[in-house]
Amino acid sequence: MNKAIRRMWLMAVAIMVVLLLTLTYVQFFAANALQANPWNNRTLYEQFGRDRGSILVGGKEIARSAPADGDFAHQRVYSDSPLYANLTGYFSLVYGATGLESAMGDQLSGASDDQFYDRVVSLFSGDQPKGASVELTLDPELQRIAYNALEGHNGSIVAVDPKTGEIKAMVSRKSYDANALSSHDTNQVVAAAQSLNADPDKPLVNRAISGDLYSPGSTFKIIDTVAALESGKYTTDTTLPNPNELPLPDTTVSLPNYRQGGCAARSQVDLRFALEQSCNTPFAHIAMDLGQDKIRQTAQNFGYGQNLDIPLQVTPSVFPEDMNQAQLALSSIGQYDVRTTPLQVAMASAAIANDGVMMRPSLIKTVRSSDLSVIDQFQAEQLRRSTDAETARTVKDLMTSVVSNGIASGAAVPGVQVAGKTGTAEIGRDGLNDSWFTGFAPANDPQLAVAVVVEDVDVTTGSSLTSPSARQLFEAVLNK
Amino acid sequence: MSSTVNAAPERGTEAPVRPKPRRITELLLLLVALAIGVGANILVDPERAQADPRHIIMSGTVLGVGALLVHVVLWIRARYADPYLLPLAVALNGLGLAMIHRIDLSTNQSAANTQVVWTGVAMLACCVVLWLLKDHRRLRNVTYIMLLLSAVLLLLPMIPGLGVEINGARLWISVAGRTFQPGEIAKITLAIFFAGYLSTNRDLILLAGRKIGPVRLPRFRDIAPMLAAWAIAIGVLVLQKDMGTAIMFFGLFLAMVYLATGRLGWIVLGVLLMAVGGFAASRMFSHVALRLDAWLDAFNPDVYNRSPGGSAQIVQGLFGLASGGLFGQGLGQGRPDLVSYSNSDMIITAFGEELGLIGLGAILVMFLLFATRGLRAALGTRDAFGKLLAAGLSSLMVLQLLVVIGGVTRLLPLTGLTTPFMSAGGSSLLSNWIIVAILLAISHSARRPVVTGPATDEDLATFERRRRAREERRDNERTRTDGTDAAPGREPATEPTPSLSRTTSVSHDAAASPGPGEAASATEVISRITHRSSGSAGHGATRASRSDRAGGDAAASSGERGASGGNAHDQEGGTR
Repeated sequence: MNKAIRRMWLMAVAIMVVLLLTLTYVQFFAANALQANPWNNRTLYEQFGRDRGSILVGGKEIARSAPADGDFAHQRVYSDSPLYANLTGYFSLVYGATGLESAMGDQLSGASDDQFYDRVVSLFSGDQPKGASVELTLDPELQRIAYNALEGHNGSIVAVDPKTGEIKAMVSRKSYDANALSSHDTNQVVAAAQSLNADPDKPLVNRAISGDLYSPGSTFKIIDTVAALESGKYTTDTTLPNPNELPLPDTTVSLPNYRQGGCAARSQVDLRFALEQSCNTPFAHIAMDLGQDKIRQTAQNFGYGQNLDIPLQVTPSVFPEDMNQAQLALSSIGQYDVRTTPLQVAMASAAIANDGVMMRPSLIKTVRSSDLSVIDQFQAEQLRRSTDAETARTVKDLMTSVVSNGIASGAAVPGVQVAGKTGTAEIGRDGLNDSWFTGFAPANDPQLAVAVVVEDVDVTTGSSLTSPSARQLFEAVLNK
Repeated sequence: MSSTVNAAPERGTEAPVRPKPRRITELLLLLVALAIGVGANILVDPERAQADPRHIIMSGTVLGVGALLVHVVLWIRARYADPYLLPLAVALNGLGLAMIHRIDLSTNQSAANTQVVWTGVAMLACCVVLWLLKDHRRLRNVTYIMLLLSAVLLLLPMIPGLGVEINGARLWISVAGRTFQPGEIAKITLAIFFAGYLSTNRDLILLAGRKIGPVRLPRFRDIAPMLAAWAIAIGVLVLQKDMGTAIMFFGLFLAMVYLATGRLGWIVLGVLLMAVGGFAASRMFSHVALRLDAWLDAFNPDVYNRSPGGSAQIVQGLFGLASGGLFGQGLGQGRPDLVSYSNSDMIITAFGEELGLIGLGAILVMFLLFATRGLRAALGTRDAFGKLLAAGLSSLMVLQLLVVIGGVTRLLPLTGLTTPFMSAGGSSLLSNWIIVAILLAISHSARRPVVTGPATDEDLATFERRRRAREERRDNERTRTDGTDAAPGREPATEPTPSLSRTTSVSHDAAASPGPGEAASATEVISRITHRSSGSAGHGATRASRSDRAGGDAAASSGERGASGGNAHDQEGGTR
């Protein structure tokens, strides 16, 4: 019988070996395939239930991971979501992550290279690795003012610190509530996404940096002015022809000056007056004189055509290639196929404000690991020199006149020199335009450069919204 | 025969005179086992353990007090019991409590509290069995009562009003609002019956009967009770719709028949029968067919989403194992709650997920050690009944693990079986702790000094004198041969045995000398055995005397001795 017992023991050993081999197959060799299986929710639960870092604005959490019951350990919660949704994006089980949730995903989830040490520590301590928190450069007060200023309209406001490139406000309306898309109830998420996608106002688009982009309208004349001054052919006093209608070469159409402005009064203007009153024909004349390459080069010096991440991806602004003179003339006043983002417009103003130096724009002020040690800290960095300091100062002076003497008077702040430029981009809909203002203040010591665009408004509504909105922002900054 | 006799003194020279009880070893190991169990219970959620340690304290106390209680009972009633079995069981039980608690935390259940209560009850039961079962051979007297008891236990769930059907299987009874699975206890009673019946009748099964070619078929009347027991078990289980338990009982039956007869043919035949039975069952019962389908075609979306009988449970279990990988997610860090029944039938996947392949490997090794010590006790004990019972129960443990782990890894079809000591479930815990008690009792009888009658002062004086003489001779020899084992050293060792055994030892070799009841029916066979070998009484005498002499490291050397006798016996049976 003992022989049988010994054999039985051998059999027991053999069974254990077989079981270990089977387990090795499942847990090691087949593990990757099993984990990639679409039925395997673990990765999803782990990723979307993770204790991600918070996104903060002015010390207040605008996105955080709250402990949750159920399959996911944590639920992403957004505060004042419509105010910030264009920046935070959403963190959706169904649609993935967008906005900063995606762009800063590695840091927020604790997977970035900088957090390698933390991960090693948590491997041994057994704690779940925690994500880093991300503090934004935004000023919550400016963000709120900007958001409220656009109440009832679609549009965007961007405000940057011209000396550092820190983005102080970045609003896109119509906005949405990221909480609805970040729920763990997938049916609810799908329903919310369907209604948002069906919305003709496209609330999911961050108009400040992406989407279909805008025609810059007359705000582009700043670039024309820089090109003119840089060429040496023009000064502020150069006399320019100012016909009310400029027939465009090789076409039957002509380019008109804006009918209600002060331009109609004079047939000859200097550059200062042309900018103050935003006369179209003198700038078309300049552009056709300097040629499209010069204008394009200047536009590129101000950031057109270039990729940028802040760390959100910014759609490059477009100045068209291979135009005829007629198209160039239209482009010089920011029409035709010129496309830009509010951020680009604000940055151009900021470069003028900062004596021709464009700073790298960023939303990220500080990245802190869960133990509060700083992983990444904002540092002001020159992006490029857009124009020489003298030209910049001249343009600044001209833009100051636009507010003090010209058509952007709505942006004037008592006792402060404000520089600005309005714009009205025709969008092909009868009587409705995209209305612009861009500028900075104070002109002698710029604190804030802004770009405001309001969609689909008539001229009066536009000018009552854009310049005064900028003024509110300037006042908020200057009163601090 | 001669070779084994020659081997004995070599061991005798190394071993101390009397076997050590080794209870201190057990106590130290128990502390380690408790540290593992309680440590794991804290690690599943350290913060919570700090904030609200009530559960941890309660479960640690029950486990610790229970373990110490069994330990104390062993001091008093079974001093020579194996020192490893109890710590292994405590460690596994503690790990199970920790994992059940961990799964409670993420599913808002309170299964761990119930399990703690059952742990206490089961350990108490272990103490009671140890206390009452001074000599495991008393169980042999109730062989047929055990058969009856098995039948009753298995039939209990079929009684209307008492039985409860859970998930399509009618395995439980409900008493005072609590469910209990009598089949778990039936595995012990059946094992006792098989051991009692086979130890009494194995010679008849082996030797009587018609020989057809090279195969000797046993007479039907010799194996009829066995077949009846098997048929009842399987039949009832098929009616109760639980394949896992049926496979386990059938496996137990096969293992014990093999242990008793030493013929592999039985196992081959059994596995074939099982395959045929499985095929037939898959044709007759839809739930069996669904199980097979879910096993073979688990990743088919139709099969996965099917309810009932879908493969979601097994596939999710595989995901859990895969997510554990080599090192595991860490206790409390995985998602074992995503697998249904993760604290009972699927608890292995929970351990695989959180402790990884390495952790599961360690758990497997603990089970293998447990079975090894059980089989060791079987080798060491001197009676065939004890051998069969210990070996059968140890094999059962391995078999159960094969069915469980094979099921969750898709090596075998997944059937609902508990992982011994670990799964949530009172009846399983109770039955496994009773198995621990039985194995401890058998290991005690295997390791204790064979002197069971009162030794007179004269006996002791003689013993002491001979021991001294032996040591003297050995020392002389060593000086002569420079410490190597020389043949002359063995010769004197055999010499004093007969006289000593006559005076002080009581032979318990029940295997070789059948009880009076069976003697009449098997007279012829016995006489032939007696004639062929040097006589069964002689067997017992030599063995006992050798163990007296070699005394020492009881488990090891007495095992060898048992082996020598048993082997000789086996060979006789086999060669005829």
